[in-house]
Amino acid sequence: MAKIDRGDTNAKRRGFIEFAKGFWKENPILVMLLGLCPTLAVTTSAINGLTMGLAVVFVLTGSSLIISVIRNIVPKQVRIPTFIVIIATFVTMVDLFLKAFFLDLSKALGPFIPLIVVNCIILGRAEAFASKNKVWFSLLDALGVSFGFTVTLVVLGGIRELLGMRTFFGMNVLGEGFEPWIVMLLPPGAFITLGFMLGAKNLIDIRMKERKRG
Amino acid sequence: MSNSVKMILILTLIACISGGVLSLVYMISSPLIEANMLDEQRKSIFLVVPGAESYEEKMKEDITYFECKDTSGSTVGIALPVQGNGYQGVIKLMVGLTPDLSRITGIKVLEQVETPGLGGRISEDKFQDQFKDVSTKPAVEYVKNQEPEKDTEIRAVTGATISSRSVVAIINKNIQRLSSVL
Repeated sequence: MAKIDRGDTNAKRRGFIEFAKGFWKENPILVMLLGLCPTLAVTTSAINGLTMGLAVVFVLTGSSLIISVIRNIVPKQVRIPTFIVIIATFVTMVDLFLKAFFLDLSKALGPFIPLIVVNCIILGRAEAFASKNKVWFSLLDALGVSFGFTVTLVVLGGIRELLGMRTFFGMNVLGEGFEPWIVMLLPPGAFITLGFMLGAKNLIDIRMKERKRG
Repeated sequence: MSNSVKMILILTLIACISGGVLSLVYMISSPLIEANMLDEQRKSIFLVVPGAESYEEKMKEDITYFECKDTSGSTVGIALPVQGNGYQGVIKLMVGLTPDLSRITGIKVLEQVETPGLGGRISEDKFQDQFKDVSTKPAVEYVKNQEPEKDTEIRAVTGATISSRSVVAIINKNIQRLSSVL
């Protein structure tokens, strides 16, 4: 009895760890530095970041789930083509869905939705996690990483939109007195903002470590 | 079962399933996507030609345009879908014209990939509204950093002369092409 209980709590704890690591400890953008092309290119506004993030949530969760389910029957020589076919299927579904229901957003994101197929976050998770772990943990891992990606994109897009267009999710926040920093909407703005976010994350990590040490 | 047979079987199976799922999704979404495109076209035509109640697609040589009519059936204007190169990519516009092509009744930017915050502002109403009632004879022109004086002039977006100039050039070129065949 006691043994089973311990197993359960361990599984729960591990599940939570697999989910939570995507937000901070193994954040796909701030730590793994993966998927930087869409990260830098689409985050001119918070809503673009959110849409891109949610598209990745759907693709990553769906493909991780299926890859984990079939992990034992796929011969390892053809695992990469198999992963790509599965990922491409989900990406095409998202692309069609956006075109059918959110045409404006689909236009704003342009080629970056179809390009999720070759996003290294997705293939990376499939190869490093979903193909080696049980379905439940793969699902939690995918959700954690993709929502970590989404949150980071929204923050990045939010900062750029706020300083570049004075708005946040389209709402005017800073008012007419603030002169927009156009550079924030241009590619350099993406690099500058991402650089500051990476720096901030590392700074917080160092402070936390110091505090722990006492 | 040898490994190579297994590889072929598994890949084929997965490709078939994925093809099946995708064709299903496509069947559901394609009527919606088509309706979206058509709806967008309809909205933009009615926006650039005020007073239009119905329109008819026409073709002269290789130019497609829409003849717009009001409720009584008389022609109130022409909507002309045009496109051309902007600063970074293709700009697509719908241009509304009086039936004799002498004045613009409105324009709508349908697609553009100009720099957000600079050239991208050609999509803002402030820029597009300027084209209402602009004369196309002899040609539409743009001015920088000052208010337009003549009735052929519009004011370029500050810091985005190339994008503004592209819009004007696309409009002029296509009105000329249309008037040469009508």
